[in-house]
Amino acid sequence: MKEKRKHVIVAGGGVAGMEAAGSLAEMGIRVTLVEKGEDPGGHLLQWHALFPGRRPAEEVRKYLRKRIAHENINVITRTTVEKIRHHGHEVIADLSGGKQERADAVIVATGFDLFDAHRKEEYGYGIYDNVITSADLEDMFNRKKVARADGSPPSRIGFIHCVGSRDEKVNNNHCSKVCCVTAVKQAIEVRKLLPESEVFCFYMDMRMFGPYYEELYRESQEVHNVNYIRGKVSEASVNINNRLVIKVEDTLAGRPLKMELDLMVLMVGMEMSKPGTRLAEASGLNTGINRFLESADHHYGSNLSGVAGIFYAGTCTAPMNITDTISHSRAAVEETVRYLGGR
Amino acid sequence: MSEQKANRFGFAINRSRAINYDTSDRKVREYVTLREPSFRLCFACGGCTAACTTGQHASFNLRRMNTYIRRGEIDNLREEVTRCMLCGKCLLVCPRGVNTRNVVAVTAEALRKLDRNEL
Repeated sequence: MKEKRKHVIVAGGGVAGMEAAGSLAEMGIRVTLVEKGEDPGGHLLQWHALFPGRRPAEEVRKYLRKRIAHENINVITRTTVEKIRHHGHEVIADLSGGKQERADAVIVATGFDLFDAHRKEEYGYGIYDNVITSADLEDMFNRKKVARADGSPPSRIGFIHCVGSRDEKVNNNHCSKVCCVTAVKQAIEVRKLLPESEVFCFYMDMRMFGPYYEELYRESQEVHNVNYIRGKVSEASVNINNRLVIKVEDTLAGRPLKMELDLMVLMVGMEMSKPGTRLAEASGLNTGINRFLESADHHYGSNLSGVAGIFYAGTCTAPMNITDTISHSRAAVEETVRYLGGR
Repeated sequence: MSEQKANRFGFAINRSRAINYDTSDRKVREYVTLREPSFRLCFACGGCTAACTTGQHASFNLRRMNTYIRRGEIDNLREEVTRCMLCGKCLLVCPRGVNTRNVVAVTAEALRKLDRNEL
């Protein structure tokens, strides 16, 4: 008797989900890829260029689109996986809208949400015109125009690191890892687009953890004249000339510092996604103190949920860059295939 | 003749500028840490100093004070610690949840006790 073809549901169609779906399909496994948005792609859809090499994000999007263009993959959009439960050897996924999907296993790839900058009210996002987030700036890069709200070019731009990360006041003690290098990348891009402008990064620590990140940081100083001031910005206000005024301590000089800015970019961090949180709560999956999904083992089981047939891929477990997300996703596929073979 | 002139052709002995961690006074640090354990959480971001009203006009810097206490460099704190008005604005900023206001109060207390030989 011919064995029934295996079927895996992938919850989330971002980088992790697309890579997982592609890998599974390649191995002859039937995949249902469930994506909440209009199209798969996740946060990558809004990115213009990627660190460290500043390659166009479209190159990676193209790779991922090609990856899921496979006859074994069925993509369901505008849908989320709300609950996963066991039914004998199978798992049943309850989808938003009331439908159900049966499968042999599920890979959870629900990703992250960007921190909502409104929550750091002292920085004035949504209150002052020229306070934007790193994602908003990426959108300006897409439109090839970095400008103030009135359309004028900014002459001084400040990047505020760690917005919504490493901050007990918003209940996020974790580091989002990629915002430091994103700020460096974006600072360089601003300097290239607006050569007359001055750019300052306000940081607590520069966490250049990946290959070529430290080199990019160096390039930003050596070639692009980006300035770095070590201190956490405590608040922003607007003066009579409609320029932003920030207060910070220049901790290396040991004195408070005030600076006027034309444009302030908040480097928003990563939080566990809302659909991911709902799924975890409904399905009884463990979450950590940082609210991301907690794997069965931190070192050698980071794709394992501890529940048979449920696996984790990508930033639903912790903040990650694209490189690590893709590796983590492939590892999740390996765990899944091993599980399917052993049943 | 001033001391400087007298030593023009000789070798003056300067006190070392290095922080000598082994001979430094740990009593203040221990007192503050015991009474306000959140003191240990500071990662020196300077948010408190940026928000501080006193620090805009006078030499008062909680972030630096924290480091000095940890290193046992307490001589320069005696005057500085009296400048804080205990308004607590720094409390609203601190991303590590340090009870900054109490750190100042407890430090002032520790220095008083140190002077009275009660530490």
